Amino acid sequence: MGAYSLKPTLLLALRMLRRDWKAGELKVLSAAVVVAVTCFTAVTFFTDRIGQALRFQASELIAADLRVSSDHPIRPALLEQARQRALRTAQTQTFRSMVRAGGRNQLAEIKAVSEHYPLRGSVRVSAKAFAADSAATGIPAPGTVWVEPRLLNALALSPGDTVNVGASTLRISKIITYEPDRSGEMFSIAPRLMLNLADLPATQLVQEGSRIHYHLLLAGPPKAVRGFRQAVAKQLQRGERLEGVQDARREVRVALDRAQQFLGLAALVSLVLSCVAIAMSARRYSERHLNTCALMRCVGAQQDQITLIYVAQMLTLGVFASVLGCALGYVAQAGLVKILAGLLVVALPAPSVLPLVSGMVIGLVSLLGFAIPPVLRLREVPTLRVLRRDLGALPPLAWSSYLFGLCALALVLLWLAGDLKLGLIMLGGLAGTALLLVVISALLVRGLQLLPAHGAIAWRFGIANILRRKRHSVIQVLAFGVGIMVLLLLTLVRSDLLAMWHDSLPKDASNRFVINIQPQQVEPVKQFFTARGLSALQLYPMVRGRLQSHNGQTVQPEAQDGERAQRLAAREFNLSWAGELQKDNKIVAGHWWGAQASGVAQFSVEEGLAKTLGLKLGDQVTFNVAGQALTGEITSLRSVQWDTFKANFFVLTPPGVLDHYPASYITSFYLAPNQVQLLDQLVRRFPNLTVIDISAIMNHVRLIIERVTLAVEYVFLFTLLAGLMVLYAAIQATQDERTRENAILRALGAGKRRLLQSLMTEFAALGALAGLLAALVSTLLSYVLARYVMDLEYMFNPWVWVIGLLAGALGVGLAGTLGSRRVLVKPPLQVLREN
Amino acid sequence: MDSDSTIPILHVSQLNKTVAGMDAGADALTILHDIDLVIQSGETVAILGPSGSGKSTLLGLLAGLDTPSRGKVELDGVDLFAFGEDGRARLRAEKIGFVFQSFQLLPALTALENVMLPLEIAGHDDARVTAERVLQRVGLEHRLQHHPAQLSGGEQQRVAIARAFAPQPRLLFADEPTGNLDTRTGQRIIDLLFELNEERGTTLVLVTHDTNLAQRCDRTLQLDDGRLVQ
Repeated sequence: MGAYSLKPTLLLALRMLRRDWKAGELKVLSAAVVVAVTCFTAVTFFTDRIGQALRFQASELIAADLRVSSDHPIRPALLEQARQRALRTAQTQTFRSMVRAGGRNQLAEIKAVSEHYPLRGSVRVSAKAFAADSAATGIPAPGTVWVEPRLLNALALSPGDTVNVGASTLRISKIITYEPDRSGEMFSIAPRLMLNLADLPATQLVQEGSRIHYHLLLAGPPKAVRGFRQAVAKQLQRGERLEGVQDARREVRVALDRAQQFLGLAALVSLVLSCVAIAMSARRYSERHLNTCALMRCVGAQQDQITLIYVAQMLTLGVFASVLGCALGYVAQAGLVKILAGLLVVALPAPSVLPLVSGMVIGLVSLLGFAIPPVLRLREVPTLRVLRRDLGALPPLAWSSYLFGLCALALVLLWLAGDLKLGLIMLGGLAGTALLLVVISALLVRGLQLLPAHGAIAWRFGIANILRRKRHSVIQVLAFGVGIMVLLLLTLVRSDLLAMWHDSLPKDASNRFVINIQPQQVEPVKQFFTARGLSALQLYPMVRGRLQSHNGQTVQPEAQDGERAQRLAAREFNLSWAGELQKDNKIVAGHWWGAQASGVAQFSVEEGLAKTLGLKLGDQVTFNVAGQALTGEITSLRSVQWDTFKANFFVLTPPGVLDHYPASYITSFYLAPNQVQLLDQLVRRFPNLTVIDISAIMNHVRLIIERVTLAVEYVFLFTLLAGLMVLYAAIQATQDERTRENAILRALGAGKRRLLQSLMTEFAALGALAGLLAALVSTLLSYVLARYVMDLEYMFNPWVWVIGLLAGALGVGLAGTLGSRRVLVKPPLQVLREN
Repeated sequence: MDSDSTIPILHVSQLNKTVAGMDAGADALTILHDIDLVIQSGETVAILGPSGSGKSTLLGLLAGLDTPSRGKVELDGVDLFAFGEDGRARLRAEKIGFVFQSFQLLPALTALENVMLPLEIAGHDDARVTAERVLQRVGLEHRLQHHPAQLSGGEQQRVAIARAFAPQPRLLFADEPTGNLDTRTGQRIIDLLFELNEERGTTLVLVTHDTNLAQRCDRTLQLDDGRLVQ
């Protein structure tokens, strides 16, 4: 008499697994694992590739080891220090401007580069569009430019053609396929045009008031770079910034982390639902194996042997399902990349194996956490059950058995969040939401008791069935509810929010801005427009200034509260003057100046800016304008309706105050689609002007929003799938019981039709409850999103409720009835005999 | 493992089974009273009794599927209840076979797989060959790959008999083996059971309320209200 032997037991486990698989006992369980792993790996593959791109191309992100960014030309002192430390240097200047060719205009991101650019990494170019690319040697030769393919498309050009950049005509010599320091920008609005820095003055695009970013790139031995960094850090002037590799990555990181958290959250919801499906189907699996285990015990199997058999089965299943899930996840991430491809400037490297490892871990952990607890109890089955079937129904599992699984899920969430505090907040939020949803679902299910207890028998039976299996019913309402909610959010609510946003924009909003108008061009530009029927064009002066002190205290950007305040305190912004208040401005505090205020230094500040920088009515502020201090009192605060897309300014002074400072002018107007040729004439006549097509930018923003939501929807598809798994698992969970009950009812004379009606009632009612839950939560969410996140006027949409309710009742009613119709197919005698 | 022929295969002394009443406060219910019983190796014994007389409970205790409130069962000279659950399971694997009224075949397994199961659990290397041979012996060589649902009641019971005999048990318990079958089929099953029993020299303990069936055994024990009345 000895203990059982391991190998035959494991072989038996595998054989039994194969038999159960063939018998279809494990479908839902394995499908749930596959869905969880697929969704999870798709998201991690994607974020891993982006993360890798950032890690490996770290120095390339700034095309240097260190970079000085400035809003004014690089000071010779800095160049001198770099020379003293024998650092290699290069300079770039970037700005947006119109470029023209053959009667067409296109806004371009102009980048003028000096010799030796880039110091790290290399620009890749090709001779023709879609031809093989290679690393460029040097920079564009004088008189030539390199462009992105997008620019060629927009202007219908080919390499060799010429393009007008400001006052110069330059020849396109190469096509840029990769630009190292552009990887740092996730989303680009306009295509790149790169020219030789030596060609820049001739374009006449650099004028007073032009917003240009100047960069000094530095590279060299780490010690020299560190030395430069330490020395220069103390001498930085306003508008200058030192950017190391780490700094450049931070901004991209923040954006990516946010995307990762968002996608991760969608993946997590799928994971949680999948775990519910796993737990439910594993429970059913173990219940259906009570007899098998009793019989095995009867013919001599030991308890540990039973445990070994089932754990080995689950692990094997877990490995297979996880491998499949990882493979599908790999395919799915390609879809995600495809959706977002157009928006990403980053070239993505091949995925690493890390997501595969985490996918396997997720698969096994979800299985161990949620499938093993019910299966472990099989060893407890009383052997006597072989003689007496009424014995040995195992007591319901306590929630605590799933503690390991729940803890594992919490750890996954913390890992996804990538930050302990944020993770804990998310965990709390998720747990709170889950609890709230459970409570609402339970209330909804209980609410059925209030329905009239008389009526057709099918109705009574259906409702009674829901109430009798309350625990199951609550889980089902919850799972279907989340599924329907995802659908509602992604269809109705999303289009509602877009519609609210669209409605909030005035119909006559400007769609073009013209900037960089020089003082001497004000009158000619006005005449240009008047001559073409666009009268009453208002041109606003702009003077660039930086907030220097506030109530006598020097403003320290780093001492400001919050990222926006720090940025605003560090950079120059546009000041303007006006005698009369614009129509879309409203005074919210203080008084607007009268005509007599002309020439008296005082300021009217936009209320949002005032709030961010802590400026109050009556405060004394000093602006540094072109190196001179301009001090005055804040005599009014204004609210500005920004979405009219009219030229508006943070800070205004009365006329006469800024007269002797260098100014450029800006205007905005609405241009009908059939008048666009007018812009060509404008830019031809005034090459230094920059026309910004707001509708194009808005379209681009909309495209980004749409792509990003599409990506999220894509991930939420898995949530929907996981919800279906729960639906199916829930139907299966009660199937044996239903089959038995229906057999008895049929033996007692109930017709098939009546039983079918009662099934339909039951599932339709469950679906309706789920629809109510979904509509309630979606409405709440869209209200919160509209009011507090997007700052829009909320519009109630009754269709959310109608469609939620109908989709729930019909969808779940149909799926549930179809899924469980088998309970009516088996002859009652056979059912009763089997039991 | 050969046994001393003088030791009875089954020796039951003062076996009692009491269960708590179903409702709180209800009196405890005694199902078996002081059962004493000796069964010799190779015997065929019928335990006869009406429904509710405690037959199944006794069978469960004799096979170590349940524990008694008091008393002792020795299987081949070994005290069954000196072992824990797993020890008794090992004893069953080596020495005991079962045939049930409701066949107890696993629906997901084929006939062959059902017969292989006890052999596989015991770790036999030749489970398939043995199972095929026994199934052939019960006349089901053409039904190896069928699932229970595809078999008639008689065929299912023959699979169950094959499963019981496959590991070559020394002791076979049969619980109302014809209870779910019509008379003619039942008769054929009983014939098969006795044939195999004789061929293999197994000890057969048969629980039934069918007196005709009981008469085919060497000895009949009458169980009435939890007491043996011989």
